[in-house]
Amino acid sequence: MHVPARELRQEYLRHDKKFPHVWCPGCGNGIVMGSLLRAISSLKLSKDEVVMASGIGCSGRMPTYLDFNTLHTTHGRALTFATGIKLANPTLTVMAIMGDGDATAIGGNHFIHAARRNLNLTAVIINNSIYGMTGGQYSPTTPFGARSTTSVYGHVEHAFSISELAVTAGASFVARSTVYHADLMDKLLEKAITKRGFAVVEVISNCHVQYGRRNRLGDAVEMITSYRDNAVTVRKAAAMTEEELEGKITIGVLADREMPVSTEEYARIRKQAQEKKK
Amino acid sequence: MAQKKTPAQPSGAKPKSAGISGQKKSHAVSFYHDWCKECGLCMAFCPKKIIRADKNGKPVITNEDLCTGCRFCEMHCPDFAITVEVRTPRRRKTDE
Amino acid sequence: MSDLNGTRQLLQGNEAVVHGALAAGCRFFAGYPITPASEIAELFSILLPACDGTFIQMEDEIAGMGAVIGASLAGVKAMTATSGPGFSLMQENLGFACCAEVPCVIANVMRGGPSTGLPTSPAQGDVQMARWGTHGDHPIIVLALSSVIDSFTITAKAFNLSEKYRVPVILLSDEVVAHTRECVELPSTDEIRVVDRIRPSVPPDWYTPYEGDARGVPPMASFGDGYRHHVTGLIHDKQGFPTQNSSEIEAFHLRLAHKITRGFPEIQMSREFFLDDAEVAVIAYGSVARSSLRAVQDARKNGIKAGLLQLITLFPFPRGYVSPLLSQCRAVLVPEMNMGQISREVHRVNQTECRIVKHNRIDGQFITPTEIYKQLIKL
Repeated sequence: MHVPARELRQEYLRHDKKFPHVWCPGCGNGIVMGSLLRAISSLKLSKDEVVMASGIGCSGRMPTYLDFNTLHTTHGRALTFATGIKLANPTLTVMAIMGDGDATAIGGNHFIHAARRNLNLTAVIINNSIYGMTGGQYSPTTPFGARSTTSVYGHVEHAFSISELAVTAGASFVARSTVYHADLMDKLLEKAITKRGFAVVEVISNCHVQYGRRNRLGDAVEMITSYRDNAVTVRKAAAMTEEELEGKITIGVLADREMPVSTEEYARIRKQAQEKKK
Repeated sequence: MAQKKTPAQPSGAKPKSAGISGQKKSHAVSFYHDWCKECGLCMAFCPKKIIRADKNGKPVITNEDLCTGCRFCEMHCPDFAITVEVRTPRRRKTDE
Repeated sequence: MSDLNGTRQLLQGNEAVVHGALAAGCRFFAGYPITPASEIAELFSILLPACDGTFIQMEDEIAGMGAVIGASLAGVKAMTATSGPGFSLMQENLGFACCAEVPCVIANVMRGGPSTGLPTSPAQGDVQMARWGTHGDHPIIVLALSSVIDSFTITAKAFNLSEKYRVPVILLSDEVVAHTRECVELPSTDEIRVVDRIRPSVPPDWYTPYEGDARGVPPMASFGDGYRHHVTGLIHDKQGFPTQNSSEIEAFHLRLAHKITRGFPEIQMSREFFLDDAEVAVIAYGSVARSSLRAVQDARKNGIKAGLLQLITLFPFPRGYVSPLLSQCRAVLVPEMNMGQISREVHRVNQTECRIVKHNRIDGQFITPTEIYKQLIKL
């Protein structure tokens, strides 16, 4: 069943906020926001039970527009606030919206521990390989040689993969999509929100204003077209060699496993400790 | 260039184009020009190439009958400015 | 509720902090191991699950502070405990709690600084940091614990102030108070006053999350109870949304400041010993206040009209108690295990001829009564 945009606007956008939103024309953040709302809508979550925390950066402004329990935390720390909320009230559906720098640079330590701890949280990471809001500095996912305001001689460091990092750190569910594959993103977000344990959805998104422009990757249309042309499903990627995968974006579910979920373990020791006290 | 279908993705998102009485359904696409930032995504990716910029640069549908209701534009509009809805043609008074 | 209330207990200062917090309704602790505060975390990890609370050890103190704020936003009374190095890491999120007016308590068991400093030595070097550690003008309450019983009662008081004024409260303990074991008479459950945050009384659609009541403190809804609202570290308007409007920004700062100044009588706490006819006095706080009391008693025995003003509230600095003492005494001694972080405050409020004598111990050792006595008789 498809949710028309008019319904999303009416139901989920805060009516007293100024629209159109603050992101640049063609920015992928708006597409991710739409996909997230469609996922929440089809899951029929009550708005009272959804908590959306975000860090600092362009992605950080998303919860401000949405009619949930929203929280705009300090840079990189969204997952720590989310951990506190989830443990204090496990009935809430808690998700964190972060950028690539927000989640894996300053927030990297919290990201890998949230994954290791495998709490019932959902992390949506909008990866546009740049610090957009602050004017275009490189981030942990900016490729080697890329131009940015802090790598005018070409970036001298190599990027790491957010999704593989999450898989290794122990997240139960890790998936990747791009802003082109909105249908897929809807499904992955639905799975991530309902997944038992820490669920990560990395979305490759375009920042044509800060990143695309300086690296001659074109405007929003060209960058999103490149995502369409370079995307490879997880199944197809498995049969491809390293060289063939060069520059490709593997999309789909990278990990979906049943693992111990510490939210449940915390509840168990609570019960156990209280029984012992009696 | 139709949208690249990925096997992991059920086509449920796209409503079947069979109409109530079996003939092809047509769709109405409405734009919020106030919210539209003329980013050009809808115009570039519409499979039927029926979204054009008007004199102010805002998107308009040139031929609504060609719209297959794939909703690509609606789902990729960063500003929630597009809604695609099923338009059932009114032929008879009783036709709901 | 901790079932030790109303009984005699042999407790360590750190343990008393835990029992005081539980008595006040604390049901969440997030922290990180650090000497000399780890016992607080350890006891919380045992007691909290038993009273349907949550203990979690986070990956660092930044995360600990973040989790505490999250728990408080979800409606649970929460605290963390650390020492100097961890306290330094917490400052940014502490500033978020000040800005978003999130009730929470932070126990900082002071040790020798700066940096790794003297992990097992007492000190009082974080006093100004407790007030000004996080950036920007911000309201905060800083209380000093001087004994094991203080660690129970003042911790409980800290939660009440934090809930009532929607402000973080810093508890400054130190290695001596933390690790001293004493036999204490814990107040019974009904003797302990528990204050909860005011909840909104309007229906959700009319809820203005950051509109102060008569005391300037906004009623606080919890995430998940139907009052959906936005919480942010950006300066925000009454609705909680970021604002660039200068009059709203100024109103925000003034409201946050006034909600504390209006509460001075309740927030500013001190204890007075032999001050009625005192000609000289000691102003002290924390563990040093106990040495000072003994020194003052000894001086009294030798005919010296000495008295002690023990500060419990360090910030907002209790000028109302200090100024009258300065006009009454010819000289005042301020013994501290730092280089004068409260004596500078006494200087700041001194409008009189009263001489302010510092006594600073910065060698990692505790200030003894004899030391203070020797200074006192020279005043």
